[in-house]
Amino acid sequence: MKTGWIMPAVLAAAVALLAVMNIAVPAGSPLHASTYMISLAGKYLCYAILALSLDLVWGYAGILSLGHGAFFALGGYSMGMYLMREIGARGVYGNPLLPDFMVFLGWHDLPWYWNGFDHFAFAALLAPLVPALLASAFGWFAFRARVSGVYLSIMTQALTYALMLAFFRNDMGFGGNNGMTDFKDVLGLPLQADATRVLLMVSSAVILAAAYVLCRAIVSSRFGKVLVAIRESEARTRFLAYRPESYKLVVWVLSAAIAGIGGALYVAQVGIINPSEFAPANSVEAAIWVAVGGRGTLAGAIIGAVLVNLGKTWFTGALPEAWLYVLGALFTLTTLFLPCGIMSLLGWRTRSRKLAEPALRGAAREATG
Amino acid sequence: MIRKCVFLLGLFLALGSTSRAWAQDAYTLLASPSFDSICQGVQELGRSDDPRALPIISALQDGELFVGADHSLFIRTPSGMIDTQTGKSAPNVSADKLKKVRLNNPVREAIDQALGSLRLFALDPTRRRLAADAVLHAHDPLALPALDRAIAVEQDPDVRRAMTEARAAALMSAPDASTEDKLAAIAVIGARGGTDSRAILEPLRDQPPPLGPAAAAAMRSVDHQRQFWGVIQSVYYGFSLGSVLLIAAAGLAITFGVMGVINMAHGEMVMLGAYAAFVVQQALGPAWTGTSIVLAVPAAFVISGGLGIVIERTLIRWLYGRPLETLLATWGLSLVLQQAVRSIFGPDNRPVQPPGWMNGDCHLGGLTLTLNRLVIIIFAALVLAGLMAALRLTPLGLRMRAVTQNRTMAAAMGIATPWIDALTFGLGSGVAGMAGVALSQIDNVSPNLGQSYIIDSFMVVVFGGVGNLWGTALGALTLGIVNKFLEPFAGAVLGKIMVLVMLILFIQRKPRGLFPLRGRAAEA
Repeated sequence: MKTGWIMPAVLAAAVALLAVMNIAVPAGSPLHASTYMISLAGKYLCYAILALSLDLVWGYAGILSLGHGAFFALGGYSMGMYLMREIGARGVYGNPLLPDFMVFLGWHDLPWYWNGFDHFAFAALLAPLVPALLASAFGWFAFRARVSGVYLSIMTQALTYALMLAFFRNDMGFGGNNGMTDFKDVLGLPLQADATRVLLMVSSAVILAAAYVLCRAIVSSRFGKVLVAIRESEARTRFLAYRPESYKLVVWVLSAAIAGIGGALYVAQVGIINPSEFAPANSVEAAIWVAVGGRGTLAGAIIGAVLVNLGKTWFTGALPEAWLYVLGALFTLTTLFLPCGIMSLLGWRTRSRKLAEPALRGAAREATG
Repeated sequence: MIRKCVFLLGLFLALGSTSRAWAQDAYTLLASPSFDSICQGVQELGRSDDPRALPIISALQDGELFVGADHSLFIRTPSGMIDTQTGKSAPNVSADKLKKVRLNNPVREAIDQALGSLRLFALDPTRRRLAADAVLHAHDPLALPALDRAIAVEQDPDVRRAMTEARAAALMSAPDASTEDKLAAIAVIGARGGTDSRAILEPLRDQPPPLGPAAAAAMRSVDHQRQFWGVIQSVYYGFSLGSVLLIAAAGLAITFGVMGVINMAHGEMVMLGAYAAFVVQQALGPAWTGTSIVLAVPAAFVISGGLGIVIERTLIRWLYGRPLETLLATWGLSLVLQQAVRSIFGPDNRPVQPPGWMNGDCHLGGLTLTLNRLVIIIFAALVLAGLMAALRLTPLGLRMRAVTQNRTMAAAMGIATPWIDALTFGLGSGVAGMAGVALSQIDNVSPNLGQSYIIDSFMVVVFGGVGNLWGTALGALTLGIVNKFLEPFAGAVLGKIMVLVMLILFIQRKPRGLFPLRGRAAEA
């Protein structure tokens, strides 16, 4: 358990450094961290929360979700709705009762499901709760029917695809195509101010660290041991009188809730939420962050998310044409040559038979047909 | 008064037959300078059974009818003037000495109507049929005498029916027709069906009984017919969508269904096939549009299939038994392929011209079948049949089945299993390429083409049952038809969402699809 504090410590140090460089160092100095850098760092931290939640289900329970972006986006929408209500009468149309896009669509009343989003606490509660509810409904059906492996992955992808199509519709009441944007402030603090941005980044880091500690506690508990057993052989675990579907459901719902919180923080920092966040490609990209960092390591997911997104930011700025080649190569080369990710380079000893001995499994398949 | 004189003159000149006299009168009317007379002349000529009426009125419509000094009429043709009285060419008459018969809008209208009834006597049955349809739409009582004569001499049963229907339509608006005749006419039109029949019946609905109620009843029967054909039409659209799904999923049914490889780059194989169609068409030039699409099918098969073999040898064979890793690696591959196509061909849509023989539509009862959709349905059926034949009848198919059923035993029998894997994957990818050629006809050829089909394709294969081509076909058609029946109630997007949700629920009920594999193959 000694290594469990390395990640939060590194996080705390990095965030503190950035915050000081932004606030205390004068703008002209080469050591100054610009507001842009702060919000970029905040964005990466939110991605890291998503990656962490994905690693919890994929790395430990063997459920590769290609729809985690949906939970992330649902959390984001919940925060977006609160920020939309915060605008109040300062919108383009100056309507004190309705958000701009509803005025634009010619609506007269606030839909019932917008009630309560005036309060931060309500939105903060729903950000993890809505994804958790969706996940429990989906998981309850899927795990009981023993849908697993690739089938489950494709179904999660279909789920996020269906949600994307739904949120693109104007009459859903979530802003349709354009989503929600033009946010002014959160809890009375102006979103454009440096201090607010630093605050948001620090809270992202705190929540990421808390989620990390929670996940560590889960995977090293008895519960976590059973999860690993399910990952390695679900049938054998069932024969040992465990109920794999219950274990999977609990960790699945928890993971969705963490992803939702990540999404809420994300929207506050990037200032926009629209249906493209549900795009299946986003969810698959999250899987590659985890794969690059090293699945089943938790810390690897965080490292992977930050590194891949650093690369994305750099490439899309410097060589926009090349980014998709790089990302594609990352997908293929990581799975072929670095199945345990960067963490294996850092000396992390993997305990998974599945991950450590792919060659053996290939041979086993050859042998049994 | 003048008209009477002219009429007498015409009678005098007439050579016995009354129709001749009619026509004679009409000729003189046409030669007069007054638009009213010309109008009347056209109408009378149209009602006559003079064989020269059609060329004369057509010439008038084209502005090729001229009047001579003695009120005789001439038609100008590229080979010279023709005298309408004799029907022979008049070499010593030239157009600049004659006066052109002028047109105004009432005359043009009269010409259209006259041509409508005259064409009822055309030699070509399809033209007679068209003329009958035109009269039906105009439902002008003045056309009745011409219709009666045409029906009396008509031999072709189809054309005869069309004419009877046209007569019924005309009767309905005739003020002096008897109630019995009108009731019979309502029955004929009611039996005919179709949107235009309803429009013809509509004005009669408010008439006093027995006409009004009869018309209302006929309209109801027309509505029932329309509903019936509407359902059939929806089934056809569903079939059409289903065949598109089938064609996109057929290759996946091999790579995923038979081999168990999750190939997320499958959509990009389809996309490459569509670009192959574009390249072949560009290379052959616009003169070859009709054949280039046919040539593109094997070209796309070779390109996508060849790439598939390369992918299997370099990437997928290292990942057998690790489906989730395969999924991620092939997803990465799909990104690279998309970006490569974007770099080479640009991000915009590329036009693939439809060949001439795929344009237009054909009618079947109350159905309208667009030809390009019909071609795709047939193509999908051919691809499915070809795939089944390849798997069942060829030595390669035998080896493929052997390897998927029992790899070790197949290897022991001397089958080079790695190469069979590569060839199987190549076959599936090649079929995806052929699908791309078909999709280039109904979708935009852009680097994102494949992405829009990948999820649907996986759904079809999983729904139908992995490893079962019949299941894939049935799954695709079911999804297509369900989608099209939901659309009118729920709208296109919501319909698609409902189908996806229903699928998710279905897979949870039956995780192995409609037709699960049984026995040993299921455990593999």
